[in-house]
Amino acid sequence: MKLESKVPTGPIEKSWDKHRFELKLVNPANKRKFKILVVGTGLAGASAAASCAELGYQVEVFCVQDSPRRAHSIAAQGGINAAKNYPNDGDSVWRLFYDTIKGGDFRAREANVYRLAQVSNSIIDQCVAQGVPFAREYGGTLSNRSFGGAQVSRTFYARGQTGQQLLLGAYSALMRQVGAGAVKMHTRSEMLDLVVVDGAARGIITRDLATGKVERHAGDAVLLCTGGYGNVFYLSTNANSCNVTATWRAYKRGAAFANPCYTQIHPTCVPVTGEYQSKLTLMSESLRNDGRVWVPLKKGDDRKPQDIPEAERDYYLERKYPAFGNLVPRDIASRAAKQMTDDGRGVGKTGLSVYLDFADAIKRIGLDKVKEKYGNLFDMYHHITDEDPYQQPMRIYPAVHYTMGGLWVDYNLMTTVPGLFCLGEANFSDHGANRLGASALMQGLADGYFVLPYTIGGYLTGNKLPKVTTDHKAFTEAEGSVNARTKALLGANGKKAPSVLHRELGHVMWNNVGMGRNAKGLKEALSRIPEIRAEFWKNVSVVGSGEDFNQTLERAGRVADFLEFGELLAKDALVREESCGGHFREEHQTPDGEAKRDDEKFAHVAAWEYKGEGQEPARHTEPLTFENVHIAQRNYA
Amino acid sequence: MNITLKVWRQKNASEPGALVQYDVKGIVPEMSFLEMLDTLNEQLLAKGEDPLAFDSDCREGICGMCDLIIDGQAHGPDKGATTCQLHMRRYKDGDVVTVEPFRSKAFPIVKDLVVDRSAFDRIQAAGGFVSINTGNAVDGNNILIPHDKAEKAMDAAACIGCGACVAACPNASAMLFVAAKVSQYALLPQGQPEREKRVLAMREAMDAEGFGHCTNEYECEAACPKEIKISNIARLNREFLRATLVSE
Ligand SMILES: Cc1cc2nc3c(=O)[nH]c(=O)nc-3n(C[C@H](O)[C@H](O)[C@H](O)COP(=O)(O)OP(=O)(O)OC[C@H]3O[C@@H](n4cnc5c(N)ncnc54)[C@H](O)[C@@H]3O)c2cc1C
Ligand code: SF4
Ligand code: FES
Repeated sequence: MKLESKVPTGPIEKSWDKHRFELKLVNPANKRKFKILVVGTGLAGASAAASCAELGYQVEVFCVQDSPRRAHSIAAQGGINAAKNYPNDGDSVWRLFYDTIKGGDFRAREANVYRLAQVSNSIIDQCVAQGVPFAREYGGTLSNRSFGGAQVSRTFYARGQTGQQLLLGAYSALMRQVGAGAVKMHTRSEMLDLVVVDGAARGIITRDLATGKVERHAGDAVLLCTGGYGNVFYLSTNANSCNVTATWRAYKRGAAFANPCYTQIHPTCVPVTGEYQSKLTLMSESLRNDGRVWVPLKKGDDRKPQDIPEAERDYYLERKYPAFGNLVPRDIASRAAKQMTDDGRGVGKTGLSVYLDFADAIKRIGLDKVKEKYGNLFDMYHHITDEDPYQQPMRIYPAVHYTMGGLWVDYNLMTTVPGLFCLGEANFSDHGANRLGASALMQGLADGYFVLPYTIGGYLTGNKLPKVTTDHKAFTEAEGSVNARTKALLGANGKKAPSVLHRELGHVMWNNVGMGRNAKGLKEALSRIPEIRAEFWKNVSVVGSGEDFNQTLERAGRVADFLEFGELLAKDALVREESCGGHFREEHQTPDGEAKRDDEKFAHVAAWEYKGEGQEPARHTEPLTFENVHIAQRNYA
Repeated sequence: MNITLKVWRQKNASEPGALVQYDVKGIVPEMSFLEMLDTLNEQLLAKGEDPLAFDSDCREGICGMCDLIIDGQAHGPDKGATTCQLHMRRYKDGDVVTVEPFRSKAFPIVKDLVVDRSAFDRIQAAGGFVSINTGNAVDGNNILIPHDKAEKAMDAAACIGCGACVAACPNASAMLFVAAKVSQYALLPQGQPEREKRVLAMREAMDAEGFGHCTNEYECEAACPKEIKISNIARLNREFLRATLVSE
């Protein structure tokens, strides 16, 4: 397998313009002859589908929810970055590029990240034009706030509902095309396999989740915009239906899976309380703008927070990282919280949380201002915990949040399978080993509005694509394997709900492959996961049939894929003998407990190639070079 | 704590449904209502029985997917909250709770508690957008929007498309949902060029989907998890009237 990044040569500022110019164009009259299948309607999928339909391509779109508007992007709270420099605080495309590369601990591809920073400003303009109600200053201009990992205020937001508003913008653009007949929308449809004909992606197999009908769809290109795989940990901040199925099936059909071990643990989530929990709720990182993080100085201090005097509190982020304080990047804040609780200074019943305190902010800017900025987040916290954060500090703890790994893509966002593109959180490309806040929304929309619409043209004109219909034997074969799997799931006839086995996998993943990882734990995980997988196929209980609406069957299929994928994740983590970003190998740390990278051995992307059932996958590497940003130890002190 | 549930079970749209009783044991107050249903489903699956079908996804009150009528109330007893935000500390040991789907002719039942709300998507496709193509937008700060206007637009834009307004309304009207979208755009400069066209098209699509008329029952506002104000319906009516005048 060859990993050709296709990054243009020459100065980085010119790369994208040069590349765009060199990409062949599709004649407008020919565009309607091409059909593009878009899987996923989050920011990446909805924006790509709307843009491609605008250009004149035939577009068919699929999502698992009952409406494209419910894609998981809807849940993003905090905001979206852009290098507008409206606050005149020294921001620039170059600085956004620099912060993102450094924030990702030098494990992302420079040219991609530069392009992301470059198009960031157009994203805001596009969304404003769509009627996204971004927060405004009294004079009518756009407001900004700051976010973890940055010293400038470059984050645009719509209360604590930025993802919702951006997604509704992209959804409305998509609905406009649906109304115009340019997009055919398939809701409650799950992609269960990829169809490859003569080495190129030419279609997908889906299951209509309402009727159970298995369908074949042929096209000239397939875009996977299916989001992240954080739910491999069972508990995460992701929505229930976030899964790895589409990308995992593509992997099995030849798409390389890059850096699966790069998982982001978000520092400010509602802590775990019990076994019954189905998800962990994120409290936006923007809270760290005004909230101060602390734990008691003394171990086991179980006084009420109000009763602990200033002198007996440890504002550990401000103490350890004076330059960034509470706004250090997520990996740093998460690990620091873990250190505090490991040290026995955690708070709450379980001892597995730290305080996020707004008392000072309320004194400084007033209750009303705090309400205006964070009100809905406070309400959300109150709903979940029954504690009033206006009266007492919130309790927070890190939780699995975002996955930087994903299908390997080149500069055109194409995977190692020609014609198969991957956008948004589902690909690996722009965040390296750690994603800075407010940059996933940016990446999803950059990919969908401003990158893919160009690069897809280059693919469609540059390649001979013979007509393929759904009677082709590759479709028959793929549909056959989907049916066989459904049959196997229904036939297991066991005693355990898929969620029970998913939880077992989650425990292993969190304990051994979570915030801190070491060789021993990873090897343990690698022996436990196949055991759980074996138990799954023997003992899963899927009642009902494949011919109608069957949520247990849906769930079981996704868990089955997590049970395979989790193993690859652990393998990747074991081989990467360094700490970088959200991947913290305990064997590799500096004397003061910070992540220690090994650039000599690991300044590369690791991309895994599927070699067949029961075979060891092959690990390939794409070397990363840093010509524009000087590679250095990350230091936020 | 233990709860007795009376749940609507229905195989599909064409077969009749009925309330079925289940006793759920081992509930803790911190559980969400949906986590309590998960627990029941795990228990049913362990016995090889068909679990309850219900929709949910984000489980934090934003995707709009969860949709239960609990003891006659859309999204249950808490004000300004979705079903997924309801917690079991609301209940006490031995309570009997009835759970039904969002009922409306325009939302056909798929199975048990799951309904088809795609009518909302079709209303949006009729005009719930600003016709702007990618790649030609002016700088965001060229469109100035006063803070208060932006906030008002945001209040309306907060609708999550859950359909509780329809389920709560005795006429199964979709007015609050449509009003929220129309208001958002009517308040913003970006919405002006298609202002008349939009409201006419969305209202027409709404009627075509078989939603009922608004007779000012105020049930929608009471049920709305995002507390979308009924004043939006007044604005919708004004917009509609204005559009019929302007466009003639
Ligand atoms: C709680 C939370 C808060 C966040 N806050 C922020 C923030 O403030 N700023 C920021 O930049 N980022 C934030 N993020 C991250 C960001 O929201 C996501 O990374 C981003 O929205 C992902 O978008 P996407 O389009 O790639 O995928 P998604 O929005 O996850 O969409 C995936 C789509 O794929 C579909 N799908 C999945 N599998 C299949 C299948 N097999 N067949 C068919 N369809 C399928 C789904 O139906 C869905 O439509 C947050 C994330 C979370 C969880
Ligand atoms: S108006 Fe309220 S109740 Fe109606 S769909 Fe929107 S959020 Fe739901
Ligand atoms: S599950 Fe998303 S709003 Fe309830």
